[in-house]
Amino acid sequence: MLNISGLKEGIVLDHIEAGKSLDIYYHLGLDRLECQVAIIKNARSSKMGRKDIIKIEGGLDRIDLDVLGYIDHNITINIIRDNQIVEKKSLSLPKTITNVIQCKNPRCITSIEQELPHVFYLSDERTETYRCKYCEEKYTR
Amino acid sequence: MGKIKPLIAIDTNVKEAFMRHLLNPLDFSVEEIDDLLRIAGDIERNPSKYAHVCDGKKLATCFYEPSTRTRLSFESAMLGLGGSVLGFASADSSSASKGESVADTIRIISCYADICAMRHPKEGAATVAAMHSGIPVINAGDGGHQHPTQTLTDLLTIYSLKGRLNDLTIGLCGDLKFGRTVHSLINAMVRYPNIRFILISPPELQVPEYIREDVLKAKNIEFKELGNLDEALPDLDILYMTRVQRERFFNEEDYIRLKDCYILTPKKMKLARPDMFVLHPLPRVNEISVEVDKDPRAAYFKQAQYGVYVRMALIMKLLEVSPC
Repeated sequence: MLNISGLKEGIVLDHIEAGKSLDIYYHLGLDRLECQVAIIKNARSSKMGRKDIIKIEGGLDRIDLDVLGYIDHNITINIIRDNQIVEKKSLSLPKTITNVIQCKNPRCITSIEQELPHVFYLSDERTETYRCKYCEEKYTR
Repeated sequence: MGKIKPLIAIDTNVKEAFMRHLLNPLDFSVEEIDDLLRIAGDIERNPSKYAHVCDGKKLATCFYEPSTRTRLSFESAMLGLGGSVLGFASADSSSASKGESVADTIRIISCYADICAMRHPKEGAATVAAMHSGIPVINAGDGGHQHPTQTLTDLLTIYSLKGRLNDLTIGLCGDLKFGRTVHSLINAMVRYPNIRFILISPPELQVPEYIREDVLKAKNIEFKELGNLDEALPDLDILYMTRVQRERFFNEEDYIRLKDCYILTPKKMKLARPDMFVLHPLPRVNEISVEVDKDPRAAYFKQAQYGVYVRMALIMKLLEVSPC
């Protein structure tokens, strides 16, 4: 097993679907952080077979939980203090997300007004459907 | 002398918290719509009672795409209430041609008028306006998306002609994909009990998936989709005809192929019940033959008159004014 050094203070994003960690890395803006970030791909998991893990040095304020919840609400967040897991957080689908995804409807007002934020709301929790706040077009992942 | 607006928008947040807009037919509850229809009916019977309720008030009609009918209906409504109107009738004659955003335009319009009716070719434009407005915004049509005042007009027409908004079989015919009046009417009618829809269109112009799945199926509304108008006619209480709109197509060939799909003629009207009424948001091109105009069941011109009454009631509601 590959050994990654322990995290004294920070966050571990666990149970990331294998192969999704780099998407999450960029969506969360982790590339712009100065702190240490470790990406572990294809780690063995009894639950998932294979999974990705991201370890981030520092506090929870460094990541947008809504963005993470939208990308994959099955990810678990472990808060580490003094090398111990002190809290486990689970995610839920956010009610709204802003500037995470873009409306693809060519008839939407966002197609001509570039400065508008792209806001989507959760229209159906069961089917995990998000719709554009302006034109109500469904976002297809 | 009229009330002077404060130079500093001290109360903006408070005002915005309570300010009502009409962006979608569902912005009003069934009870609120019932109230609007009641007032509109009273306006029809006693127009003089309402002739000065908006004295000193101004309506801005911001129309980024041409629409003689809806714009004049709004203007007629405001004038009928004693108010005045200002605005523009196309994007070319507005600052949009210089690249001004909808948000900036409505901020400026808020300084000039008390209420705004906006039509825009892009979907969601009125929502953007409402987010930045200091005055009530009425969506007068945003692309192929919503057209709530046409829906109020349709509801008033159906209620006035049939005496009810429940227990009806409504046929919607023509362009059900891009026809925003159809989407708005479906959204509004599903809130009344025992409503059935027959959706008549070519496969290319069927209702969008979100109407079929999230509105009709999700609310267990009885509906069927047909390609043949003749087959639907005998079952209908209301036939709602629509125009296949050239401006909604990216491809001219598709428009030409589909534009004459369904034409209502006196021969077809013989298949319908004697108490069925034909509605159309207008303008008509050739989807209803002019000979049908003489049929007492042709209600589309009366519908335009109802449109003025219901817009009068709406303006009053949003401005929170009533007759003394």
